[in-house]
Amino acid sequence: MTQSHRIEGGQIDRSKTLRFTFDGIPYQGHPGDTLASALLANGVRLMGRSFKYHRPRGPLSAGSEEPNALVELRSGGRQEPNTRATVAELYEGLTASSQNRWPSLRFDAMGINDKLSTFFAAGFYYKTFMWPKSFWEKLYEPIIRRAAGLGSVTREEDPDAYDKGFLHCDLLVIGAGPAGLMAALTAGQAGKRVILADEDFRMGGRLNAETFAVGDSQGADWATATVAELASLPNVRLMTRTTVVGAFDHGIYSAVERVSDHLPTPAKGKPRQVLWRIYTGKAILAGGATERPIAFENNDRPGIMLSGALRAYANRWGVKAGERVAVFTNNDDGLRTAIDLQAKGIDVVAVIDSRDGGDLLPGIRHLRGADVIDTSGKLGLTSITVRQGNGRSETIALNALGISGGWNPNVNIHSHHRSRPVYDPTIAAFVPGQDGPPGLLVAGAAAGQMSTHAALKTGRDAAIAAFDLTTVPDLPQAEDAPVKITPLWHVAHGKGRAWIDQQNDVTVKDVQLAKQENFTSVEHLKRYTTLGMATDQGKTGNVIGLAVMAELTGRSIPETGTTIYRPPYTPVALGALAGRSRGREFKPFRLTPSHHWAREQGATFVEVGNWLRTQWVPKPGETEWRQSVDREVLATRKSVGICDVTTLGKIDIQGTDAGAFLDRVYANTFSTLAVGKCRYGLMLREDGIVFDDGTTARMGQNEYVMTTTTANAVTVFRHLEFCRQCLWPEMDVQLISTTEAWAQFSVAGPNARKLLEKIVDQDISDAAFPYMAAGNITVGGLRARLFRISFSGELAYEIAVPTRYGDALLREMLAKGAEYDPIVYGTEALGVMRIEKGHVAGGELNGTSTALNMGLGKMVSKKKDSIGMVLSQREGLTDEDGYRLVGVRPVDPKASLTAGSHFLEKGVAPMAANDGGWLTSKVSSPHLGCDIALGYLKAGDRKIGQRMRIVNLLAGLDTEVEIISPHMFDPEGERLRG
Amino acid sequence: MVSLQSLTALGKREATIVTHGPMTITERTDVALASLAARKGRMADLDKAAKAAGVPLPGPATHRTGTPYSAFWTAPEIWFVEAPYATHELIADLLKTAFGESASITEQTDAWVAFDLAAADLTPVLERLCNVDFSFVPAGYATRTVMEHLGVYLIKHDLGAARIYGPRSSAESLLHAIKTAAHSLW
Repeated sequence: MTQSHRIEGGQIDRSKTLRFTFDGIPYQGHPGDTLASALLANGVRLMGRSFKYHRPRGPLSAGSEEPNALVELRSGGRQEPNTRATVAELYEGLTASSQNRWPSLRFDAMGINDKLSTFFAAGFYYKTFMWPKSFWEKLYEPIIRRAAGLGSVTREEDPDAYDKGFLHCDLLVIGAGPAGLMAALTAGQAGKRVILADEDFRMGGRLNAETFAVGDSQGADWATATVAELASLPNVRLMTRTTVVGAFDHGIYSAVERVSDHLPTPAKGKPRQVLWRIYTGKAILAGGATERPIAFENNDRPGIMLSGALRAYANRWGVKAGERVAVFTNNDDGLRTAIDLQAKGIDVVAVIDSRDGGDLLPGIRHLRGADVIDTSGKLGLTSITVRQGNGRSETIALNALGISGGWNPNVNIHSHHRSRPVYDPTIAAFVPGQDGPPGLLVAGAAAGQMSTHAALKTGRDAAIAAFDLTTVPDLPQAEDAPVKITPLWHVAHGKGRAWIDQQNDVTVKDVQLAKQENFTSVEHLKRYTTLGMATDQGKTGNVIGLAVMAELTGRSIPETGTTIYRPPYTPVALGALAGRSRGREFKPFRLTPSHHWAREQGATFVEVGNWLRTQWVPKPGETEWRQSVDREVLATRKSVGICDVTTLGKIDIQGTDAGAFLDRVYANTFSTLAVGKCRYGLMLREDGIVFDDGTTARMGQNEYVMTTTTANAVTVFRHLEFCRQCLWPEMDVQLISTTEAWAQFSVAGPNARKLLEKIVDQDISDAAFPYMAAGNITVGGLRARLFRISFSGELAYEIAVPTRYGDALLREMLAKGAEYDPIVYGTEALGVMRIEKGHVAGGELNGTSTALNMGLGKMVSKKKDSIGMVLSQREGLTDEDGYRLVGVRPVDPKASLTAGSHFLEKGVAPMAANDGGWLTSKVSSPHLGCDIALGYLKAGDRKIGQRMRIVNLLAGLDTEVEIISPHMFDPEGERLRG
Repeated sequence: MVSLQSLTALGKREATIVTHGPMTITERTDVALASLAARKGRMADLDKAAKAAGVPLPGPATHRTGTPYSAFWTAPEIWFVEAPYATHELIADLLKTAFGESASITEQTDAWVAFDLAAADLTPVLERLCNVDFSFVPAGYATRTVMEHLGVYLIKHDLGAARIYGPRSSAESLLHAIKTAAHSLW
């Protein structure tokens, strides 16, 4: 029979029917249902198997605190494990599967774990499977891990997109129950910008699950009307399906909005979820409270659920969890369930009330001073055993039991800044402490105010307090019943297992064992037993666990204390945390001005930071990268090559103190540089280690252009700004990055000048534009810059034009200079030529090396002070036997070198004690016809001409090499001055 | 004589215009841009020169529109000055002439890609891109912010009109981020 357990009433749309499947079996439900309510409506109680013992489980709750009814939702790339059926909104075509069972939910072979529970008690396996030691990682742990678990992760890529965003408001109200609605209404009517967020798809909170009146209406109707009123206020933003998951610093909260989770698939282009960062002046936590169970033997069977959940399923979803129902309670709220269910025509066979005395419920068998001591039913509850006040036991046949052990205020978010909740004995629960996140107020049940009237009032009062409001809305009439509870945490009876944390299968016995092993602190209890460490963070189990520990140790609950909560409040999909930053969109790209040309040529690109730089440009017939790179190097050295060097950082430095400023940030002197000239500069860190290098040109009396390495463009600029703003604010210096403003190309090779003479409007002869000249020029009348500098060792220039003309300039140089067979070379050929020439780059500028190490010690001027100058003279950094940059080539030209290999003298063992240094960079030089390398070698400057070994134990290399000058190509520099 | 033809930041000959739903994104290649930074102790001179040249000097977090020069504040005593590219291609030279030694001026036109966003209300799309409280800040608000890891300037002309200056080399990535945000909504 379809929806056999559906009863009258509820906030579901019965005019529409939704079809769905669970474990392949088709069912029907209605809009407004959750998966759990729809399954219960179809008489399905068994929804999962437990984590360790594979115990049959059904829903314990009707909300996000659910520990048991965890399913795998959807399939394929959208498969989502550990989804709480209690909050999964039903949609047409929903498919769900049970998890952590084999071969089926009803017959789970791993249920044997339940029979072997002794071996799975807290800590047992850590203490038992000790021998042999190596077996733990390889054998024992894998077996134990396979035996336990939750859902499985799909191996397919998630096809959906997730957004991130930022919201701003005066007041964030967390939770749209009576307290939250009243707070939002109060602040909203006062004109404050309010965000009201609720994890449910229907606002109203507990009012939707109750039969209380608020004002002249049913609570749920009042909530609907209030939501409509809030929706009419332009300054109020209502966010359903939005869980505020964390409180962070400075009034920032994070929230996950499930935009499309209630749809079969997100609409095209639309995100599945949005992770919002909410900036707010004030926040009101009105997250309500979570009911907790009572621990007794076999209290985890399908059909046993929280009393308030039983009531919610009946009142909100029109579902009876069973035909014959009982309630086990230690407080008056459990009685409400019995009354509501009976009013719905459900057979309430008994109310087992652990409290003595007091009034009896009329028309219901109300057993006072009684406890439930055991249950039975293999795959679902069939009976309970009740111990009455007179000691006699009675078995009652039924198929649903509601338990109410009291309500725990949802203090979680208030604890996110480490505020410790405090115990309130009047409600037998923890309430928020005093030191919560600044600006966060708490209202309603979250503050321990359990009546509807108190929720409405404290919600309104919190908004008043937040903004010192004087004009406020009237409070509607509502019930104001006090909390009447006599704490009962667990029923002491028998030797069976009584569950506390149902998701992690933690029982009273486990807590007893923890106590026995002296893990009595709540933090130790948590780690030892895993209490509260499941995805539900122990929302239903934590307080019981520590209360049981308090009983066992004879301490009070306040003395025992409680653990606190961390974000996220409920599990957050990793996709939501990643947002759009995944795959090719993990980060933005930076494209060089020649990118489009290079792409046309089929160039290979390499990621350098965010830049995509041309690595080499293959020609037809070239099948291997070395062919392309060797050709580019040889062609450049033979005639002319062009390389896009736009990626180098460019910083415009102006001001009357610009020269003096550079003298301070560079180790060498720039104030004396002539206008129209450039100079290589070395920049040190404060500790004397080399920070960066590059050339800086003086374009005018008070105007310099600094270039940095590509890698350090941002860090150098940041460093200069720090110097300007913080170290020497008195200096007249202005800085701005111009990296992107200019497309800059290196034109290198014997014919570089001849090619550029066809491009540049001015005379660039050696006399007119000598080595290290710099200046503003024009290209066909267009403003441009020219620098005569060389990284390759060749006669070379760097020419720059406004970036929009970069592509055209490259094409024009190739076309106009065709008679010189110009080629475009990439970063690989660039690397080959700079190593041939002995220029340092990333491998040598490694954050641990000094100018002396690089053979550039004389560049650190002692005639002036500069950052790092003093500390570069430290003993240890000036050791004569310290590392020096050397060139290396193998004695056998066919032998290979590998960067990272270590220098060793002949005949010594490859041990750290014999280490002489290492190779920092290596290339294959087509010019020299062998591998060559740069390296740091101890006393390397005195070992030129010697033979040593290069050893790389990982690569299995032990190669004899000759130590040579790092300037392996044109050491006199005749070519670059040509 | 060499004659170079320009490309837009998106690698095209013409400015790109994208419309999605109610929003239009227009790449602006017709804006010349330069930074204007006061030399130490020369603010009074700079102020005087600005008045003479008709360059507005708005206060912090503000953009002010003028003809031909508009400007927005970027840091203490530093502004970005906008002008029509057609008439002010050499904006830095023009400003240097106007401000002399009172200011350091640097060409910035091609350092940035400019996208104008237009819709009835840009708040929904911008709240997916940056942490600027767009609906709250007044028209004429200008700020530095971050969109998809990219440092950008955002200028609010009104609730339905804004300009984003992003790093030119990442123009494609920035446009993609804006379009993606629009697709999330419309």
